[in-house]
Amino acid sequence: MQMPAPSQKVIGAKARIVARLRAALPEGAVIHELAETRAYECDALTAYRCPPLCAVLPASTEEVAAALRICHEEGVPVVPRGAGTSLAGGALPTADSVVLGVARLNRVLETDYDNRFVRVQAGRTNLSVTGAVEANGFFYAPDPSSQLACAIAGNIAMNSGGAHCLKYGVTTNNLLGVTMVLMDGSVIEIGGAYMDAGGLDLLGVICGSEGQLGVVTEATLRILPRPEGARPVLMGFDSNEVAGACVSDIIKAGVLPVAIEFMDRPCIEATEAFAHAGYPMCEALLIVEVEGSPAEIDHQLGLILDIARRHDPVELREARDADEAARIWLGRKSAFGAMGQINDYMCLDGTIPVSALPTVLRRIGEMSQSYGLAVGNVFHAGDGNMHPLILYDANKPGDLEKCEAFGAEVLRLCVEVGGCLTGEHGVGIEKRDLMGVQYDPADLDAQMAVKDVFDPGWLLNAAKVFPLASSQARRAG
Amino acid sequence: MAAPLTPSSEAELAETVAGATGPLRIAGGDTRRIGAVQAESVLSLSGLSGITLYEPGALTLVARAGTPLAEIEATLAAQHQWLAFEPMDHRALQGSAGTPTIGGVCAANIAGPRRVQVGAARDFMLGVRFVDGAGRVIRNGGRVMKNVTGYDLVKLLAGCHGTLGVLTEVALKVLPEVETSATLTLAGLGDADAVAAMASALGSPFEITGAAHDPGAGLTRLRVEGFAASVAYRAGRLAERLARFGRAEVETDAAANAAIWTAIRDVAAFAGRRGDVWRLSVKATQAPDLVARAAARGAVYDWGGGLVWLLTEEGADLRARLGHFAGHATLVRASAETRAQVPTFHPEPAPLARISAGLRAKFDPRGILNPGLMG
Ligand SMILES: Cc1cc2nc3c(=O)[nH]c(=O)nc-3n(C[C@H](O)[C@H](O)[C@H](O)COP(=O)(O)OP(=O)(O)OC[C@H]3O[C@@H](n4cnc5c(N)ncnc54)[C@H](O)[C@@H]3O)c2cc1C
Repeated sequence: MQMPAPSQKVIGAKARIVARLRAALPEGAVIHELAETRAYECDALTAYRCPPLCAVLPASTEEVAAALRICHEEGVPVVPRGAGTSLAGGALPTADSVVLGVARLNRVLETDYDNRFVRVQAGRTNLSVTGAVEANGFFYAPDPSSQLACAIAGNIAMNSGGAHCLKYGVTTNNLLGVTMVLMDGSVIEIGGAYMDAGGLDLLGVICGSEGQLGVVTEATLRILPRPEGARPVLMGFDSNEVAGACVSDIIKAGVLPVAIEFMDRPCIEATEAFAHAGYPMCEALLIVEVEGSPAEIDHQLGLILDIARRHDPVELREARDADEAARIWLGRKSAFGAMGQINDYMCLDGTIPVSALPTVLRRIGEMSQSYGLAVGNVFHAGDGNMHPLILYDANKPGDLEKCEAFGAEVLRLCVEVGGCLTGEHGVGIEKRDLMGVQYDPADLDAQMAVKDVFDPGWLLNAAKVFPLASSQARRAG
Repeated sequence: MAAPLTPSSEAELAETVAGATGPLRIAGGDTRRIGAVQAESVLSLSGLSGITLYEPGALTLVARAGTPLAEIEATLAAQHQWLAFEPMDHRALQGSAGTPTIGGVCAANIAGPRRVQVGAARDFMLGVRFVDGAGRVIRNGGRVMKNVTGYDLVKLLAGCHGTLGVLTEVALKVLPEVETSATLTLAGLGDADAVAAMASALGSPFEITGAAHDPGAGLTRLRVEGFAASVAYRAGRLAERLARFGRAEVETDAAANAAIWTAIRDVAAFAGRRGDVWRLSVKATQAPDLVARAAARGAVYDWGGGLVWLLTEEGADLRARLGHFAGHATLVRASAETRAQVPTFHPEPAPLARISAGLRAKFDPRGILNPGLMG
């Protein structure tokens, strides 16, 4: 993975740039000593690190605008940052960049239950958005596993999803409006407390633009009334194929579960050893959750269990109470952590048509053999969003490269069967150089043309998303 | 006017656009002649028709842009699936003929009453192929349920009314049809009470998939859908919850429900009535006040009040009458003279207008795709 050479001119002007930022921002909002900038050297893709020139932590839209104006004038690249949980290196700095962290922008600005929205500052964490409305019986639906830590700003930039998006959609389906500061310091507002923003769907293209179009400082989010209840069921099968077919049948049947999660044997074994959730030892396991009143849940689970029985499950386990429900989810929720106990891992995020699940899982198994690297699969099966976790040893020379090659081959396979490189984690630097697998040069050019409009100087997070060769001319100019 | 250009393949369409010497009016089914497009030539999508992929088990359908909506709906119905966003049929309201196409539905980001629960066309569009104003063929998104690979141009094309590109193919997420539906009707509520009742329903856990109010008829409607037992349960609980607004009548007959919601979806209340038709997207609780200020001949509330249809006298500039409000107003039906004078789409604040113009200049550098429609 390559990053463009940092601008020596900018690095040489560090003292002046820092002084200007300090003059414009409150005490303590500019971090420039190397010992401290290290805190911003990477996100959750820890294989790549680089301390920035400095980091700024503004606490208002006006302060964000002031900081950007200075960076714009000085020609300094800016890397927006939420909580730094990106798995794609979306918040990785370069040595000549200013990291603009929005963590101090964390207030709730307005809650409105009649119109069912909440307006928050974008640095607020995902879970604490729900925290702000749950006493009134509402919640914010997109629930990435990282929701305790990740910020709404990062969710918007990555168009993040979660386990429950099968029913509720991802960030873009729940975003009503944003306040955003452009690279030149101008502030724009799009949408608001109504269902569709007028004009072109700018909100739609901003969501998922990975911090390349502007810095989001506020967001209006749709909130939903909490369902009366929810209950998961766990099913074990003796092959991935059968589990995959069961998923497809459930979806076809007209039941709309809120979640269908899938784990394969390596993952089951690892989580059992780590979290002791009491999972059955089998080849593949599904967790299916439905919502509603107790009677509605019984009815839907009845239909789902009937379908499951037709696929000869080795285990069917209904949660009888909240405790059992929590145990069913326990293993799934600790899966990443469990795999991390065994080894370093790389988490892929390709999406495939649900019908291709069995083929793709088999091919991944074969690749695992030929690369000699173990892989566990845990993912959102209802929408085909896979998360193969490839285990490697960071201390073993060549292992990371081998793992990356394996990962790239899996992602190529995802595209080959009609899917895509990333379903929810984003491209960042991680999948940047694979973009050509999914898109032709003209397709990428059309996307880059959008950035040309929002950030003509290509200063915002410019070395991400697009293969460096294809963005070269723009970044230079 | 010359006969419409009717390319029969994407490549031919790209050539046609690349070789165009003047502005083009892009016609899907030509059922919604909104705006004042300044173009001599018509580019018809009728030659690009047909479903190219349908996988019921993966809830995915891919179709060429000129495919009639009816063909898609029939194909889905055979598998007990549907387009959950319930696209409206504009013909009765517009007094137009023509055949609605899936490309037109997507390019205009159409949605029906179920929007409150499931979203609009944009929320079901998984991928697009389109030809931009320079004749370049561009692909974005794909055919899978989750996709954050690069920028989401699918959203940008949804609702661009053809001004950024001519859609040639769309991939859609489809859903299983619901087993049953029930409609609760409250009679005689004033607008403010009706919006309050709808807010109470939408804020309940009973999964409302339609919330509309027709002041003319004095009827407020709420829809629940799903498996029969669940629908009965939720309808009952909802009636209890809304008791303070009066006694709700519950309609469970399938045909009656379909008729009620088709009429709401297609704004049947205004079909055949004289006057201009406006569509307002607003904060629901502000809707009654705006309706009062509009002094219109008729109003219909959908989306719990978030969508308001107004019938005004001809030639009125409703926006001037309403003044500033959170949301926007679109002129959906008016005479050619009015459409030439009053912008179809709500004027945007300067910084957004600059961005929109910038995007149009990139995607349609010669300004030949539906010029004059969106600004
Ligand atoms: C254990 C774990 C589990 C995860 N599970 C999920 C999951 O289930 N689903 C899922 O979708 N993701 C998941 N993720 C990935 C990650 O949490 C999401 O991508 C998240 O949205 C990132 O948010 P953040 O605040 O940490 O953003 P950061 O990592 O700080 O930044 C992410 C991107 O957003 C940009 N950005 C940040 N702030 C702004 C701003 N104010 N304006 C514009 N751009 C900005 C950055 O430049 C960067 O490109 C997981 C990550 C981890 C570590």
